[in-house]
Amino acid sequence: MLEIKDLRASAGDKEILKGVTLTVRPGEVHAVMGPNGSGKSTLAQVLAGHPAYEVTGGSATYDGRDLLDLEPEERAQAGVFLAFQYPVEIPGVTNAYFLRAAYNEVRKARGEEEIDSMDFLDLLEEKLKLVEWGPEIMSRAVNSGFSGGEKKRNEILQLAVLQPRLAILDETDSGLDIDALRIVAGGVNKLRAKDRSFIVVTHYQRLLNYIVPDYVHVLSGGRIVMSGGKELALELEAKGYEWVEAAAGVTAGATA
Amino acid sequence: MSGVATSDLDLHAGGALSESPEWLEPVRRAAAERFGQTGFPASRDEEWRFTPIGPVTQTAWRPAPTQPDELEAKSLAPFVFGHPEWSTLVFVNGIYSPALGSIGNLPAGVTVTNLAEALRADLPLLRQHLSRHAPVDGSPFTAFNAAAFRDGGLVHVPAGHDLSSPVHLVFVTTVEAAGAAMHPRSLIVVEREARASVIESYVTLADGEVYWTNPVTEVAAAAGSWLEHTRIQRESERAFHVGLTHVDQQRDSHYRSFTLAMGAALSRHNLHVRLNDENVETLMYGLYLARGEQVADNHTAIYHDRPNCRSWEVYKGVLDDRSRAVFNGKVFVQPEAQKTDAKQTNRNLLRSDLAKVDTKPQLEIFADDVKCTHGATVGRLDDVGLFYARSRGIPAEAAERLLTYAFAAEVIDEVALEPVRLELDRLVLERLGG
Repeated sequence: MLEIKDLRASAGDKEILKGVTLTVRPGEVHAVMGPNGSGKSTLAQVLAGHPAYEVTGGSATYDGRDLLDLEPEERAQAGVFLAFQYPVEIPGVTNAYFLRAAYNEVRKARGEEEIDSMDFLDLLEEKLKLVEWGPEIMSRAVNSGFSGGEKKRNEILQLAVLQPRLAILDETDSGLDIDALRIVAGGVNKLRAKDRSFIVVTHYQRLLNYIVPDYVHVLSGGRIVMSGGKELALELEAKGYEWVEAAAGVTAGATA
Repeated sequence: MSGVATSDLDLHAGGALSESPEWLEPVRRAAAERFGQTGFPASRDEEWRFTPIGPVTQTAWRPAPTQPDELEAKSLAPFVFGHPEWSTLVFVNGIYSPALGSIGNLPAGVTVTNLAEALRADLPLLRQHLSRHAPVDGSPFTAFNAAAFRDGGLVHVPAGHDLSSPVHLVFVTTVEAAGAAMHPRSLIVVEREARASVIESYVTLADGEVYWTNPVTEVAAAAGSWLEHTRIQRESERAFHVGLTHVDQQRDSHYRSFTLAMGAALSRHNLHVRLNDENVETLMYGLYLARGEQVADNHTAIYHDRPNCRSWEVYKGVLDDRSRAVFNGKVFVQPEAQKTDAKQTNRNLLRSDLAKVDTKPQLEIFADDVKCTHGATVGRLDDVGLFYARSRGIPAEAAERLLTYAFAAEVIDEVALEPVRLELDRLVLERLGG
C-alpha cells in the first residue's frame, strides 16, 4: 500500500528527515514513536503534502503511484488522510458544510455522484456515534472554540466520513484527557479494516494501550533507528528514548 | 477650493423644493450656503486624505432625471429578497416608484412612505427629525445632500410597536442616470421601546455607467428601542458612492448596523453613531469586497457621550487585484462617559500583491474608567488553513474560496435577521465565484 524509501525532507535550510524507509501493507497499524524533534510529525505532514516541507530525496509510493508528485487534495482524493496534531479552526464555516464539501470532492474523484445535505445528514448520524457525538456539533464552525479533545474527535469524525485507505494520526493523543482518549481510540479501532492501514505517530506509549499496533518504529534524528512489534513500545516506556538512541548509536538530541 | 459655487446648487432645479414645506426652506438654504463656503473637500483635507474623490468633485454632474424610468417589476428581481410581505420601496434614479414595490400590511400607527410624499403632507415628525441629526457642517457632501435631496425612504415606528417584518429601501439606477448625481435622503425614527429592521440597498441596472450617488440617512433611536440596519452597496463598478449614515441613540437603545460595500469605482461610507444617554449598545459590522481598481472607504465615528455604554465594531475587507481599502475608526469617549466598553477591530485579507489598505484607528479617550481596545490586521490567507482544507480533498482554488468566504462569514453571521444573512451570504458567494 505504502512504500517509503530513503525519504529526505527539509524545512527551510534544515534537513529533518534524513532517509526514512518504511513499508505499510493493507490493514496494518504502524506506530511511529520518537522523542521531540525526531521528525515524526514531519514524516506525517510530508506524506500529506504539507507545503512547508521540501522533499529532497527518496520516494514514497502509494498504490503504485508516486505519492510525492500529488497535490495534497489529490492525495486525499486517493484515500490518504492526515489527522492533524493541531486541527485548524475555520470560523464562519460550519462543520456540516466543510465535511460535506470534502466528502463530495472525494466522491467526485472516485467517480461517484455528489450527495445532497439531507442524504449527508443520514450518513453522518452513524458516523457521529463512532465519536459519541450528537448532531449539534455539525452546526458549529469547524473546530472553532472546540476544546482540545473536541478537535481530536472532530478529526476522527472526518476520518470516519472520508473513509481513507491510509490514515495517518499525528499525535492524536496529545492534549487529551483519559475520557477523550478512550473515545478517540475507540473510534479509530472501529475504523480498522482489512484494506485500511494506519500510521500512528505518538510520543507516548499510552495511546498504544488503546490502539494496538502491529509494528512499532522508533524515529530518531530523522531516521528509523529501531523497529519491532507492539512490545517495543512497552520497552521504550520503561527504558526511555535515550536507551534506543544509545543502542542505535545516535547522539541524543542531535537534531533538536 | 473646488470651483463649485452656491449657484450650482439651484434648489429649484427639477422641482426639488416645489412641494417642500416652508420650514424646510431655511434649512436647505443654510446647507447650500455652507457648501458654498466650503466647496468640496480638497485632497489635503485630513478626512479625505486617502480617498481619491477627484472624479466626483471635478465632474459636471447633471441633475438626475425628474421622471422615474419606466421599469418592469421583474427587472428588480436580482435585488429584492426576503418575503413578499416585507415593505419594499423602490426608488429609480432617486425617485419613488410605487408600482415597483409594495408597502405591505403594516401595524396600525407605523408609517412607511417616501420622503417626497411625507414632505407634501408635512408630517409633523419631519420638523422634529429631518436634517436635525446629520449636521450639515459635518461634511460638504452632507451639506450638498441637505440642499439638494428630493426623495428617499421614511420609516416611523411609534412607541412600543414591533415592526415585525423588515422595510427594504431599494435605490436603483438605470442607464438614464448616466452622468447624473443623486442625493437620496432617508429618515428612520424608532420611538420608545419600538423595534424595527431596515435594509437600504444601493443597486444598479446600469453596470458600467458612471453616475454619482450621495445618500444621507438619519436614524433616531429612542429610549429602549431596537433597530437592525443593513446597508448593501452594489453600485456600478464605474460609479461613485459617497454616503453618510448618522445615528442618534437614546437610553437603553440597541442599534446594530451591517454594511456591505462591493460596488462603485469609489465608495465612501461614513457611519456616525452618537450615544446620547446611558446604557446604550451599538454594534457595527462591515464587510467590503473590492477588485479591479475599486476603492472602498469606510469611516466610522462613535461618540460615547454618556456613561455605561457599549460599542462593538468589526469591519472586514477582502481585496483583490489593484483594489484599495481605507478604514478609519474614530471612538470619542467624553470625560463623563465612565464605564465605557468599546472594542474596534478591522481585518483585511489581501488576495493580491498589488492590493493595498490604509487602516487607522483613532481613539480619543477623556475618561479614565473605561475599557477601550482596537486592533487592525492586514494579511493573507493562512497557509495552514489552506493545507487543512486541501488535505481533506478540497482543491486549492475551492479551498481559497472557502477560507475567504469563512473570513467574510464571520461578520455576516452577526446579522440578526436570517433572510438578510442568507442574502448577504449569497452575494458574497456569488462574488467569490463557484
